Amino acid sequence: MDAFLAQLWIARWPIFDGFLMTIGISVGAIVFGTILGCIVGIQLVFGSFLVKLPFRLYVDIMRGTPLLVLILAAFYVPAVLGLSLSAPQAGTLALGLFAGAHIGELVRGSLQAIPPGQIEAGRAIGLRFPQILANVLLPQALRTALPPWINTGVELIKGSSLLSMIGVGELLLKTQEVIGRNFMTIQFYVFAGILYLVVNIALDLLGKSLERRLGARL
Amino acid sequence: MNYTLHFGAVWASFDHLLGGLAIGLGLAVAAVAIGTLIGLLSAFASVSHSRLLRAISGTYVLLIRNIPLLVLVLLVYFALPATGIRLDKYESFIGSLALYAGAYLTEVFRAGLLSVPKGIVEAGRAIGLTRLQTNLYVVAPVMLRNSLPSLGNTFIGMFKDSSIAAAIAIPELTFEARKINVDTFRVVETWSVASGLYIAACFTIAALLRMLERRFPKF
Repeated sequence: MDAFLAQLWIARWPIFDGFLMTIGISVGAIVFGTILGCIVGIQLVFGSFLVKLPFRLYVDIMRGTPLLVLILAAFYVPAVLGLSLSAPQAGTLALGLFAGAHIGELVRGSLQAIPPGQIEAGRAIGLRFPQILANVLLPQALRTALPPWINTGVELIKGSSLLSMIGVGELLLKTQEVIGRNFMTIQFYVFAGILYLVVNIALDLLGKSLERRLGARL
Repeated sequence: MNYTLHFGAVWASFDHLLGGLAIGLGLAVAAVAIGTLIGLLSAFASVSHSRLLRAISGTYVLLIRNIPLLVLVLLVYFALPATGIRLDKYESFIGSLALYAGAYLTEVFRAGLLSVPKGIVEAGRAIGLTRLQTNLYVVAPVMLRNSLPSLGNTFIGMFKDSSIAAAIAIPELTFEARKINVDTFRVVETWSVASGLYIAACFTIAALLRMLERRFPKF
């Protein structure tokens, strides 16, 4: 154990950098994915057939393809199309597109769960559609979508570990590099696992408390 | 943007991709089969009267669900040999994926167990079945049928997660695709075909599962 702590002390900065990279990429992906997901979800519910089609296609492709394939594709494909993305950028793009599809389905589900009477009531008091969306539908959808949204965040933090395979210096890759130096395989993988656990459980608890509070207010 | 699509290089290795797809499906089937056993035990533990069993099941689910699968896979593959347990890469990956699937299936079966109407459990007890017999002949079939949709979703999820086996050099679909990608640099073609194969497989499985669900009416 002492030997492990000594090695951990030596490796503290690389692991800390990796940890920050994991958090940074996950935050970037959830922000990108949430904006995208809201657009997708609203179009899937209220768009015309022709508008729905490409969004439906996007969601089905993202949900039918493994995240690792998306990440590898985002890493290799932009280069040949003349777009040069760094590995962290490609990784954030892949995770964000993936999150966008999942959040899109979440938003669709929670919008459809609102009784249609609400829209009619909004119209009856003279609100226009954007106003109905902003003041009537979205606040209610937020309540049902929030717990699974937090869950998407947990999935993204877990998924960001796959970025180690395209050379993004996040927590797992940094851990592997440290293991390459000191061969303390079990100790450092377990340590990385514990870091992931702590963040994810904290997120999970945050989600539960938000759910309780929103549930009480609305 | 000067890129002309040229699928020839991908079709030349298409049988490798199909072979990879079959390996991925095999990994998922094996993992979900073992995971179902783990999940059933853990789900019954999670609704049992014993506080210890509930705590064990709860901790297992909490730990596994919050750790990335890749970390679990690497830990089992690279760290277990240090403790004297030697597994080949297939065994080790199936083991990790089964452990992972077990945690998700615990939740699935737990929900299924809670959905079993109390009346039929009491009816089973009333006609003189023991607690074990009631669980086996009354609760289990109803619970399995009720959890069929979520079980199917978990299977599809695990099939997609089998792509992570590429990290420990199991030649499944993603691994083969990456190989073609690096060999030929037909980037767009390779990844669209690989993604298409995954999507086609997922939709086929989903359609088969819907048929299965129709075949056995819900209780």
